[in-house]
Amino acid sequence: MLCQNCHERPATVHFTKIVNGEKSEYRLCEQCARERGDIFAKAVNSFGFNHLLGGLLNFESSPGFTAPAGKGLRCDVCGMTYQQFTQVGQFGCPSCYEHFAPRLEPLLRRIQSAVQHTGKVPARTGSHVKLRKDLERLRKELQQCVANEQFERAAEIRDQIRALEQQLGQ
Amino acid sequence: MSLGNFLQRAMSRWMRDGGPQDDIILTSRIRIARNIQDIPFPILQTQGHANQVLDTVRRAIAQPAFTRLGQFEMVRMSDMPLLDRQVLMEKHLISKELVDKPRHGAVVLRDDEVVSIMVNEEDHLRIQVIMPGLRLKEAWQLADQIDDALETEIPYAFHERYGYLTACPTNVGTGIRASVMMHLPALVLSGQINRILTAISQVGLTVRGLYGEGTESAGNLFQVSNQVTLGESEEEIIANLMSVVQQLIDHERQARRMLLSENRDALEDRICRSFGILAYARRMDSKETLERLSDVRLGIDLGIIKGVSAGILKELMIMTQPAFLQKYFNQELSPAERDVRRAALIRERLRMDNTEVR
Ligand SMILES: [Zn+2]
Ligand SMILES: [Zn+2]
Repeated sequence: MLCQNCHERPATVHFTKIVNGEKSEYRLCEQCARERGDIFAKAVNSFGFNHLLGGLLNFESSPGFTAPAGKGLRCDVCGMTYQQFTQVGQFGCPSCYEHFAPRLEPLLRRIQSAVQHTGKVPARTGSHVKLRKDLERLRKELQQCVANEQFERAAEIRDQIRALEQQLGQ
Repeated sequence: MSLGNFLQRAMSRWMRDGGPQDDIILTSRIRIARNIQDIPFPILQTQGHANQVLDTVRRAIAQPAFTRLGQFEMVRMSDMPLLDRQVLMEKHLISKELVDKPRHGAVVLRDDEVVSIMVNEEDHLRIQVIMPGLRLKEAWQLADQIDDALETEIPYAFHERYGYLTACPTNVGTGIRASVMMHLPALVLSGQINRILTAISQVGLTVRGLYGEGTESAGNLFQVSNQVTLGESEEEIIANLMSVVQQLIDHERQARRMLLSENRDALEDRICRSFGILAYARRMDSKETLERLSDVRLGIDLGIIKGVSAGILKELMIMTQPAFLQKYFNQELSPAERDVRRAALIRERLRMDNTEVR
C-alpha cells in the first residue's frame, strides 16, 4: 500500500479519524503522517475514484499535493494517465506497467528493494513470456541474416522460429 | 445451541488449534496477489470484466488439480448478508473492502477456513493461507500449491522484469505479504516495545497494532509483515521475516522472565484482577475485553492461572467482536446491548474450563 498523501513511499502509519460519527482510515508514510495537519484533512477529501470517473482532476489546486510529474503518460489499453495513477495509487490494468515504465522505475526503486523480479515464475504464463521474448529476438536476427545474405544461417533460424511458434500455439 | 457447539461450528482452524511457539505467535499468514492477463484491475472493472474474472475463477476451482486440495465453496459477496460478511472479516478471512463494497466481490473458502481466496478485491485474486502458531513456511507451501493449481486454468498477468503485476506497485513482483500475529505483553509492560518496533521498521518490515489505531495496540497484539515484494524471492522474504520474528520471540520471553523475577507481585495482581473482571463483570467493551484477555493469556503462559485453555485469547478476541456476538445471540444488538452480552459470553466461556487461580 502506498502512502495516500504523497504516493511515493510505502504507507507505514495507519490511523483512523472520526468526524461526525463517520469513521475514515488513512494510510500514510511516516513523513506525511508527521506533517499531517488540517492541510491533509482537506486534501484527503479530494481523493477517490469518483474524482477519477468524473475526470475532475483539479488536485493541483488542493493543498498537500506537489505538482504531478509524468504528465502526458497514458496507458492506451485502459486509458489511465500517470497523473490519475498518482491520485488513486493504483494502476488501471496490467499494461499500465509497460506504459508507465519510465516513471515507474524510479518509484519502484524507492518503494521496493530492487526492480528485477527474482521470485516465483508461473509455469504456464511464465514460459510463454520467455518463448515470446526468444521469438522476438530470433525474428530480428533473421532479418539481419537476410539483409547480410547469410542464407544458411537464416534457414536455421527459420526452423527455430517454427519450432517456437508451434510450442506457443499449443 | 450451547456455546461449546456454537464454537465447534463457528471457529476457523486457526482459532481452534495450536502450533509452534503459540504462546507468542497466534497465527502465521501468507497472502499472495494475482491478476488475470488482459483484464483491467478491479478499480477500472466493468460488470462484464468482473463476470469474466468470476467465471474464470469458477472454472479454475472446478478442475481436478484444484479440487484435490480440499473442499472449497465460492460465494458472491452480494449473495451474503452484511452480518455474515462482517463475521468473515472478524475471522480475518476477507477484508473490510469486500464487506463495505460487495459489488463484484466473491470469496472461495476451504471448509476448514485455512485457505480463503478473495476475488475482485483490490486485485483479481488474493490467495490467503492462515495457520495457527509460527508456520510461515508451511503456509507458503500451501499457498504456492493453491497458486499452481489455479494457474493451470488462469493466465496470470506476469512480467519478466516486474513479476506478478498488481493493482498497487507496493505488491508487485512476488505479490506476497507474509505476516505473523504476535502477542507481546511483556515488551509492552516493560516499555521496550516502541524501541523494538522502530528497529523493525528499519529492516524492511511493517508493524501495526492488530486492533486500535496506528502503532497503538489494544490487547498487545501486533502484526509484523514484509514490506518489500519485488527484488527478493518468496523464500528470502519469509526467511527475513522469520529471523526477525524469532528475535522478537526471544526478547518477549526474556522480558517475561524479567517481569516475573523483578515485579512478581505487581504482575500477579494485574493478571488476577483482569481474570476477576472477566469472570464477574456485567458489561465489557471491546477494548477492555482485549486488554483483560491479554493479561489472562499472559497469566496462563506464566503458570499463574491454571485450567483455562490457552486458546482463550484467540477464541474470545474473535467471538467478542460485534458481528460474531450478534451471530451467536442471533439478533441485532446495539453497542450498549453488545457490552452486556459480551460480558455474559465471556463468563460462560470461562465456566467451560476448570479454572484455578494460584
Ligand atoms: Zn507520504
Ligand atoms: Zn492500463
